[in-house]
Amino acid sequence: MIELDFQPLNTQKAIVYVSEGSVGGINVFIGTVRNETNGKKVVALEFEAYEKMAISELQKIVDSVSSRWPVQRVAVLHAQGRKNIGDLAVVIAVSAAHRDAAFQACRYIIDTLKETVPIWKKEIFEDGEVWVAAHP
Amino acid sequence: MQVSVLFFGITKDLIGKRHISMDLPDSITVAEFKRILQERHPELLDLNSLAIAINSSYAFEGDLIHASDEIALIPPVSGG
Repeated sequence: MIELDFQPLNTQKAIVYVSEGSVGGINVFIGTVRNETNGKKVVALEFEAYEKMAISELQKIVDSVSSRWPVQRVAVLHAQGRKNIGDLAVVIAVSAAHRDAAFQACRYIIDTLKETVPIWKKEIFEDGEVWVAAHP
Repeated sequence: MQVSVLFFGITKDLIGKRHISMDLPDSITVAEFKRILQERHPELLDLNSLAIAINSSYAFEGDLIHASDEIALIPPVSGG
C-alpha cells in the first residue's frame, strides 16, 4: 500500500493492511511535524510531491525491501499539503514473521525515502518560509 | 522540438511557474538541457543539487531528451 494523502494520515489503516495474513511482528515508523528547526520556531510545514514519480520511486523501495528481507506486507503513507505541529508526515508499517526483518526494512524505507522520493518540505516560520535542504 | 518542463519545490518558486513548454534543439542530452536552463535561470546554480527526471524517472547526464518527453526538475528532496 502506497498513498500520498492531503487528508490526515491514518496509522490504523496501514497497520490493518500489513496485519493481513500470518504475521509475527509489525514495525511502525511515524514521522511527525516538529515545532522547531535549529532552535527556530516552526509554525507549519507544507509538503509538495511530484505525485506519479513519488509513487513509482516508493514502489521501487518497496520492491527492493521485498527482495532483501523476508517481509510480508509494507504500507507507506505520506502527507501532502499544509501540516501543523504534531501532525503525521509519514507512516511506514512493515509486517514480517520475525522482528529483525521488520525493523531493518522499516529503517531502510524511511532512510531511502528521504534520499530518492520526489517530495519537498517547506518550513513555515513566523517571519518567513524556507524549502528544506535546497540551498547550502 | 517542444518539451514540457515541470518545476517543484524551490525551483517552482525560482522560476515562478509550475510548468513551461520549452523549445529545445533535437535530441539533446540531459547535461546540455541543464546548461541551457541554468544559462536562462542562473539562480538554479545556487541549489545544493539539481536532478532531472524524464517521464517520471531519474535521468543520467548523458540520457537523450526526446520530443514530447515530460521533463521535471528535482531539487534536493526533503520528504519524510
